[in-house]
Amino acid sequence: MEDMIHMDRAMSTQQDIKISARNVQVYYGDTHAIKDVSVEIDDKTVTAFIGPSGCGKSTFLRCINRMNDTIDIARVTGDIRIDNEDIYDPKVDPVQLRAKVGMVFQKPNPFPKSIYDNVAYGPKIHGLARNKADLDEIVEKSLRKAALWNEAKDRLDAPGTGLSGGQQQRLCIARAIATAPEVLLMDEPCSALDPIATAQVEELIDELRQSFSVVIVTHSMQQAARVSQKTAFFHLGNLVEYDDTDKIFTNPQDPRTESYISGRIG
Amino acid sequence: MKNSLLVTDARTKKRNAKEARFKAYGLSAIIVAMLALAVLLTSVVNNGMSAFQQTFITLQVPLPADKLDKVGNRDPADMAKVTTIGYNPILRDALVAEVERQGLTTELSAKDIGEMISKEASATVRDRVLANPDLVGQTVTFDILASGRIDGVFKGRVTMESAALDGNTSPEALILAQQLAEAGVIETKFNWNFFTAPDASDQRPEAAGLGVAILGSLYMMLVVLFLALPIGVASSIYLEEFAPKNRWTDLIEVNISNLAAVPSIVYGILGLAIFINFMEFNQSSPLVGGLVLTLMTLPTIIISTRAALKSVPPSIRDAALGVGASKMQSVFHHVLPLAAPGILTGTIIGLAQALGETAPLLLIGMVAFVREYPAAFSPESGLFGEASTALPVQVYNWTQRSDPAFVERASGAIITLLVFLLIMNAVAIYLRRRFERRW
Amino acid sequence: MQSLTTPLFLIFALAVIGYYLAKSRAMQVAGGDIRGLVSLPHQHALNTALATVVPPTAAVLLFALYGRFADTGPSWLFTLVIMGLGVTGFALSLIGIKTNSRARIFAERWILGLLIFASSIAVMTTIGIVFSMLFETFNFFGQYDWRDFFFSLTWSPNFRGNSDLGIIPLLWGTLYVSFIALVFAVPVGLFAAIYLSEYASPRMRSIAKPAIEVLAGIPTIVYGLFALITVGPLLRDYFAEPMGLGQSASSVMTAGLVMGIMLIPFVSSLSDDIINAVPQAMRDGSLGLGATPSETIRQVVIPAALPGIVGAILLAASRAIGETMIVVLGAGAAARLSLNPFEAMTTVTVKIVSQLTGDTDFASPETLVAFALGLTLFVITLGLNVFALYIVRKYREQYE
Repeated sequence: MEDMIHMDRAMSTQQDIKISARNVQVYYGDTHAIKDVSVEIDDKTVTAFIGPSGCGKSTFLRCINRMNDTIDIARVTGDIRIDNEDIYDPKVDPVQLRAKVGMVFQKPNPFPKSIYDNVAYGPKIHGLARNKADLDEIVEKSLRKAALWNEAKDRLDAPGTGLSGGQQQRLCIARAIATAPEVLLMDEPCSALDPIATAQVEELIDELRQSFSVVIVTHSMQQAARVSQKTAFFHLGNLVEYDDTDKIFTNPQDPRTESYISGRIG
Repeated sequence: MKNSLLVTDARTKKRNAKEARFKAYGLSAIIVAMLALAVLLTSVVNNGMSAFQQTFITLQVPLPADKLDKVGNRDPADMAKVTTIGYNPILRDALVAEVERQGLTTELSAKDIGEMISKEASATVRDRVLANPDLVGQTVTFDILASGRIDGVFKGRVTMESAALDGNTSPEALILAQQLAEAGVIETKFNWNFFTAPDASDQRPEAAGLGVAILGSLYMMLVVLFLALPIGVASSIYLEEFAPKNRWTDLIEVNISNLAAVPSIVYGILGLAIFINFMEFNQSSPLVGGLVLTLMTLPTIIISTRAALKSVPPSIRDAALGVGASKMQSVFHHVLPLAAPGILTGTIIGLAQALGETAPLLLIGMVAFVREYPAAFSPESGLFGEASTALPVQVYNWTQRSDPAFVERASGAIITLLVFLLIMNAVAIYLRRRFERRW
Repeated sequence: MQSLTTPLFLIFALAVIGYYLAKSRAMQVAGGDIRGLVSLPHQHALNTALATVVPPTAAVLLFALYGRFADTGPSWLFTLVIMGLGVTGFALSLIGIKTNSRARIFAERWILGLLIFASSIAVMTTIGIVFSMLFETFNFFGQYDWRDFFFSLTWSPNFRGNSDLGIIPLLWGTLYVSFIALVFAVPVGLFAAIYLSEYASPRMRSIAKPAIEVLAGIPTIVYGLFALITVGPLLRDYFAEPMGLGQSASSVMTAGLVMGIMLIPFVSSLSDDIINAVPQAMRDGSLGLGATPSETIRQVVIPAALPGIVGAILLAASRAIGETMIVVLGAGAAARLSLNPFEAMTTVTVKIVSQLTGDTDFASPETLVAFALGLTLFVITLGLNVFALYIVRKYREQYE
């Protein structure tokens, strides 16, 4: 077990850089929510953003697929690149970007449609399936990847809102991966779930690392330690420290990080 | 390497085009709605502004004693025996004389010239004379109404072409009217009578005014205010603060929301059946109109009052109960005053709605032709019991007349009504802004 | 009624006297120190005033109703009874003033009674509506066969008797006008609501939303006049006559179009509320998957809001069916079963107005038919309203 983790680490350091942010500032009206954040996120890795509530970790996450565009008063400056392409370039269509950078939200938010239609929604709008059989295959693959296939295969026509909380969140994950994204952003995906559902979703996140670069925001340090290889600590809109997860938790460089992980702030 | 983000693929382009189209539909829907509003208002204003202007003829009228006071004692009772028919030739001759004095020549007969004067004019002059018998024997200057056709000339309603086809006027009369206007005898000026005069018959649109209708609407609004406000507030207080949650109060709830959506004409049938046929209140009276409008406005007031009561936070009630006030005291001393602005706003909006309502009033006879100003109280008819009409009903009434001059009157009445509504709504908005409270 | 004015006036005077009397008596009982009283002087005063006024007034109201049924005026005995009630309440409440009497509780009971009475007026209104129409409708069906009323295809009232009073042509006109109104109002209202809630900047919203709502505050008589003098002639001159479809300015199209304008704010503000009730998380979920805003609206927001929107449309339909002034001035008076929207047709509400205004004879079926028409209208709109309000309420609960 120990060896495997080390092997993973070794692999991840050889990975390409998937996302690179430089001097990112975010303003909500007059509030300076993100202050000069620069970070590089590796491909095929789980990166965790931790920090006390209101520290800007979710805000920064929403910059990566330009969800902040939907908020009128939000303003983003600086430079975020995915595969070395500036995603805030005027030529970039956020619609296309979001197909490449999927997102899973804090509260499970299945559409008031059937399970099948929930998962098929993304592929349909992006035109990923040539025919019905294709679509069926995508739906099955996504549900399998999200570890929901066995529970849902007999009731694909049942409404997604009828599932339990944990199942709903896995449905949302299946929905997100059905569009074949390269990056998966998860905004506190387990905060509305009970411990058993949380364990299932965490297990799933670990598997998703094979195919995607996963960025997860969490308020739980234990979760960050369990699922991520790299961890970034945010505090009051600043990125305080960013390093390998075990290093952050065993040997933090910054006193603020130390205070947080030892429970004195946050 | 997958597709670059910097290149928009064909599918996304198509989807974006669709997006733009969808957005355009939305924008055009809003433009259609705004345009409809603009066209509606311009149409009414264009047709109606001229109602506030009226054409008058300034005439020096000799009032011969041998015709108007045959007995010679200047007693109004005796002089009243001379009807308006007796005054007609006097006015006609005065106008003919005026035409001559101005040195104008016309092919019109004296009778045709007389038709340029409103049929209402003789009544106006007669009323003045009866009120002041000493005028008889003198030559008095009167501003008398020109006939509807002549009035129309100066408002662009009557043209040479239309006059040629019209039995009531002629192109010659139009020319004469123009000449008289140049001479300053005929003049178009602001028409106060429009707000004060009662309705007039089909033949004399130029004399028709809104006096009775405004008074009737005012009486009805008083009835609505004094009944609907207390009843509405009382029932809201009960439902919001005291009512237990059971089937009976559920029934009242459903009932009120349904009453708010019952067609207004149904209230008219109710008024006719209950207040007029069963209770035998006077037809056409502001009392019945007010009662019907009260029942109609009640759901609106109840719904807004309950919303206002609901917006007062429970902590206020708890605070009052905590110092030993009874439930009733906490409501009347604390909750109600805090909810008052909201209640007031809702009441004004309800009143505005009632002021513009027409259909139920048609059924209770308010469409009748009323020339007498209704008294607020009379021993025979009781409070608000005298026949009256109302602003919106007067509009309907005028649309049913054949003379096109009434279209202008109806539109003018609409403008008057809209101005009243505008004022009421502005007051409501002001109150809401002024007293708006954030908890 | 008239002869009861004087006793009622006397009782009100007695109440005012009682108010001050009770106040001073309470002070007297307390020996000038109100701390000795369980209830304050003004509470005693209120109790006395209410005890004096409420029972006789209630008796008068009951009697007024009874008197109408029995067709008798108030006798001297009744006057005596109500005076007695007033004086009894006055005396008992005054005698009851002691240091430890709980006048506040009694006074509050009187007030609660009044509150309950006020809230029952709404129910009485409904009962009044139903019974006033039911009664005359029975009279009507006593003189005119109900099968002819519901199934006859002709409407031609004749005041010398032998009228054909079939409701079908009227219902046809009503539904046709309402249909055109909805065809116009629903897309415009819905798209306006969508644009305002999903796209418009706060500035634009703050201008456009009130402007559209102004349309809702305009009385229907104004729309009626608009139909009569502007829209009707316009449609006739530019559409109906060139296309050879009719020469009438009042037509189904005229009334329907103008009614459609009236319904725009109704549809848009209800839909706006309903669309705003769809949780933002739904939109985020869809946008996060890379859907465009319009895809999000069409495939997620609208389906989620559909029950509410259907409810709003049903309410608008009920509005359209019950609307009177626009059709009176815009649709015409001829009962006709035709498909041509440029022809004048008539509606249920128009006929209610025409049968009940002018000289009416409440014994003839030509007048009484209006009550049957009214009842039909009431039943249809009530059904639509109950159903629509049920849907809307269910929908709201879903997201609360």
